[in-house]
Amino acid sequence: MIKLIPRNQPSKSMIALTPLIAVLLTMLVGGALFVALGKDPFAAIRMIFWDPLFGEHAFYYRGQILIKAAPLIIIALGLSFGFRAGIWNIGAEGQFIMGAICGGAVGLAAYPSDSWLLYPAMVLAGALGGMLWGLIPAFLKIRFNANEILVSLMLVYVAVNFLSGMVTGPLRNPDGFNFPESRAFQSFSAAHNPEIWAGTGIHIGVLVMLGLVVGCYVMLTRHIFGFNIRLAGQAPRAARFAGISPNRMIMICLGLSGALAGMAGLFEVTGPAGKLSTTFPLGYGFTAIIVAFLGRLHPVGIFLAGLLLAVTYVGGDIIQSQLSLPKASIQVFQGMLLFFLLAVDVLVMYRIQLLQRRVR
Amino acid sequence: MSLISLQNLTKTYPGVIANDAVSFDIDHAEIHALLGENGAGKSTLVKMIYGLVKPDSGTITFQDKPFAPREPRAARKAGVAMVFQHFSLFEALSVAENIALGMEKPPKPAILSDQIREVSVKYGLTLDPERLVGDLSVGERQRVEIIRCLLQEPKLFIMDEPTSVLTPQEVQTLFETLRRLRDEGTSILYISHKLEEIKQLCQRATVLRGGKVVATCTPSAETAKSMAEMMVGTKLTTPQKIKPEFGQPLLRVQNLSVKSADPFGTSLVDINFTLRAGEIMGIAGVAGNGQDELMLALSGEIRTPPASVQIEGGFVGQLGPAKRRQRGLLSAPEERLGHAAAPDMTLTENVLLSAYHRQNLGRRGFIDFARAQIFAQGVIKRFDVRTPSAENSAKSLSGGNLQKFVVGREVMQNPRVFVVNQPTWGVDAAAAAAIRQSLLELAMAGAGVLVISQDLDELMEVSHSFAVLSEGRLSPPRDAEGITVEEIGLLMGGAEIA
Amino acid sequence: MDISAVALIASLIVAATPILLAAIGELVVEKAGVLNLGVEGMMIIGAVVGFIAAVNTQSAFVGFVAGALAGGALSFLFAILTQYLLSNQVASGLALTLFGLGLAALLGHGYTGIKPPASPKMEFFGLSELPVLGPTVFHHDLMVYFSITLVAGVWAFLKFTRAGLVLRAVGENHDAAHALGYKVVRIRVAAILFGGACAGLGGAYLSLIRVPQWTEGMTAGAGWIALAIVVFASWKPWRIILGAYLFGGVTILQLNLQAIGVDIPVSYLSMAPYLVTIVVLVIMSADRARASLNAPASLGRIFHASN
Repeated sequence: MIKLIPRNQPSKSMIALTPLIAVLLTMLVGGALFVALGKDPFAAIRMIFWDPLFGEHAFYYRGQILIKAAPLIIIALGLSFGFRAGIWNIGAEGQFIMGAICGGAVGLAAYPSDSWLLYPAMVLAGALGGMLWGLIPAFLKIRFNANEILVSLMLVYVAVNFLSGMVTGPLRNPDGFNFPESRAFQSFSAAHNPEIWAGTGIHIGVLVMLGLVVGCYVMLTRHIFGFNIRLAGQAPRAARFAGISPNRMIMICLGLSGALAGMAGLFEVTGPAGKLSTTFPLGYGFTAIIVAFLGRLHPVGIFLAGLLLAVTYVGGDIIQSQLSLPKASIQVFQGMLLFFLLAVDVLVMYRIQLLQRRVR
Repeated sequence: MSLISLQNLTKTYPGVIANDAVSFDIDHAEIHALLGENGAGKSTLVKMIYGLVKPDSGTITFQDKPFAPREPRAARKAGVAMVFQHFSLFEALSVAENIALGMEKPPKPAILSDQIREVSVKYGLTLDPERLVGDLSVGERQRVEIIRCLLQEPKLFIMDEPTSVLTPQEVQTLFETLRRLRDEGTSILYISHKLEEIKQLCQRATVLRGGKVVATCTPSAETAKSMAEMMVGTKLTTPQKIKPEFGQPLLRVQNLSVKSADPFGTSLVDINFTLRAGEIMGIAGVAGNGQDELMLALSGEIRTPPASVQIEGGFVGQLGPAKRRQRGLLSAPEERLGHAAAPDMTLTENVLLSAYHRQNLGRRGFIDFARAQIFAQGVIKRFDVRTPSAENSAKSLSGGNLQKFVVGREVMQNPRVFVVNQPTWGVDAAAAAAIRQSLLELAMAGAGVLVISQDLDELMEVSHSFAVLSEGRLSPPRDAEGITVEEIGLLMGGAEIA
Repeated sequence: MDISAVALIASLIVAATPILLAAIGELVVEKAGVLNLGVEGMMIIGAVVGFIAAVNTQSAFVGFVAGALAGGALSFLFAILTQYLLSNQVASGLALTLFGLGLAALLGHGYTGIKPPASPKMEFFGLSELPVLGPTVFHHDLMVYFSITLVAGVWAFLKFTRAGLVLRAVGENHDAAHALGYKVVRIRVAAILFGGACAGLGGAYLSLIRVPQWTEGMTAGAGWIALAIVVFASWKPWRIILGAYLFGGVTILQLNLQAIGVDIPVSYLSMAPYLVTIVVLVIMSADRARASLNAPASLGRIFHASN
């Protein structure tokens, strides 16, 4: 019989080890899945985890990894604060979209401006748009006690529809033959987020992401704000005793995660995506949830987890083209990763004890 | 032959021997006391009898047959019933539903309701089967538990600290019920650390200390003092209370009313009192009469109109806990783990909860962990908190040690006003004495101290003045000197004293 | 084309049934004190597995059974995570949804554009021929009647049976239930499996009758709306029907407005069900005292017996 014994202190080694165990288990079970699909599991696993980094075309893929990692990490950093405090914003996808729309709209309105002020204004508008979208569930929770999980999620669908309304209406490219998409941001450089060094995948968003990782790390470990967040998550009543207002916490966490998601959306739409269109949402807002958990809600962990998930995205593209597997198979892979992580997480707070059955 | 006989029961947990070869027996139709301090192993022992914990070794004989219940259900079937200190009740369910849940084969709802009424009349325990348990007082909830047990017609009835939640008058009613049960042939195992009660009620007593049986005695032949020494092992010094001259008013509460956010909570109605420098005011009352709400309204976790709470003349009702701390009002809530301290955080981190601003433990929001650690170590040293270091988590401390830490954390910050709820609840006698002593010293140094407690003995020991909280209303405070337990009991029941 | 009230009611019932099935299952789960946010994932797995089974056997009945089993199987993963490995229920529920959406897309690869076998509509000895009442009440497929019977069954189970009382008790206070000797974990696992099967059934209804075909991501938030309906219903079974039919009504109305070409862009009309969900959540949660009275007190809390 197996028995769980609570630990007095969370195990430090397990905090670091469990994500690795989860990745290994995912490879194992994922491999079995590929066998079931009639594919060579070793080739598939290699294509997902190895080829993007060190394979034949790695010089191209490596850039792709950073491009995909930037939005994942930026969004996950924002989410991690709320998740720690027990405030569940799962509508980052919606805030990502709204950020892209708001920031993008500012740029499109200024077309064909070449002011260097334009891009900062767009970033600000993107962050603001995402923040306002995130503050809706915050306001409804504080004022009406409405569950933020459900509200923020519903707002994703509203945002998706709003996007399609925008690109078929006010933001449609006037020279675009009625296609449901906006003008390309490449068409005027003041609104464009280009690759800074060709082939590296590094754009402004990647640099911002690196800065945010450091900033969030300092906030979380050294600053009273990060301490309050941890306190509110671990012991809500103790947080109230300490004088932390739960309502303010909700506003800050949802506003902050919304702002970061919105900013990520703006970087994405002006850079890698290039324009607003109905195919713009790629699910980064949902995958970022996996990144946040896999990274243990810790900035450094999130950075590593974001890179890993970006690798699997690129790897997913490779198996899609080389093994003719559907795109969804990588989504299964990512979902499985979160599953296994949650499953082995128990080792952090509990010890496992094997009890021998006593003979009666 | 005895009804139940325990032979060499032993149970160990990692690092603790909860019960060490415990043996004793209970006769038919006997009220048998199990006496011991917090942590002496009483709870573990009865849990083994009730099938919640399996002994590592040792045997139980019940009605001349070996008895090893694998779960409470089996124990109940065999005729063992138990009323826990913390009730196993469901607030959103009715009395009848609650009782049905505790029975193996409950009758149809209508029949059960009749049975409940019948038993409640017979034993003088008034109860309406259709009411929601959440709407009942603590004393009434205990009746639900008792009736649930009585309907099973148990041979052995176990009660774990039953009087801690009752007014003195309710205690007498309970004792009558228990004596009637005994006269009908039921045996009762009565767990308590209240010596006067045991002298009044029990034929024999078994004393546990450190998991071992240290004595068996006949309570009527002992004095409270002699039993206390068996229980504690060492002689205790009671703190000295000197009645000082009170200074100027520090905390004034005016027309304070709070509507409880909890549907089953108690709202405060028009509370008024003044606490002066050097004064310790005791607030008595049975649990669930608004203590939690009063505590929250004073600490700042519940906001009220500005004038309803005043510190040295300044209005603070609208301020939160952090701002009130800056004005000198510190507090220590009842629940140590989860409210006064964050269980998974270290002691160093836990001092930040209330001492961050007052002790300058950071600059511009950046925490100075070195200073925090020094402060935590200071608390640990002065209050003799037993812990390997300040970097251990709060939950790794025993109840008494954590309570010393929590009270010490506030006392070391030299509060002008200190509000504390249940300062020694579930704490061993030595730690309790240390905590009470620190409250007295704080008052002597000129602070005002408000002690909310359900332990009358404790309040009599430390307080200079005295008020009773009943159904959310506070009686006018009066001088503690000369007040009798009967008077307090009447106040607790809500009566006015002329 | 104009909007006929009779056709509207008939189609709103069909639109509401998947949500109704999923919501009544989730109600039982939440009554046991467990918050399973994976409804969306279980629904879509039910939709795809039910669809595949029905197409390959040419039997809608087999499809429904398979959908329920698949939903139950997925919920078992959630049960293992939350009940045995003590994972956070919110995170585990999200994992279930993300995993389910991916797995469904993978399984359904190659099944798009196929028509499933038809499910016959019930005929009640000529009652179905009645004007108005016929098409609205007496002329649906079997699952519509089954879903209403299921609600009645859940209501009776919770109100009148001992097992129902125990389930409510576990959801109300798991420590007390444990102290009385009830198997908290076992009861909760059973409730989770029931909820999974119901969600799977709802998903199968979506792909076999409501749409009927398989498309990726076809649940489009229906599982989340089902969760909101449980809140709307204040955890009372009969109100689930009210809630589900209300949302069915909004969906159908919105689709009909699109069809007759009202002067509002389609995108904004499509927001309606989601916006209504938010509005309803706000209204039902606003009275904090009442909301906390109705919600099971142990909802979402982790249970670990200390000995």
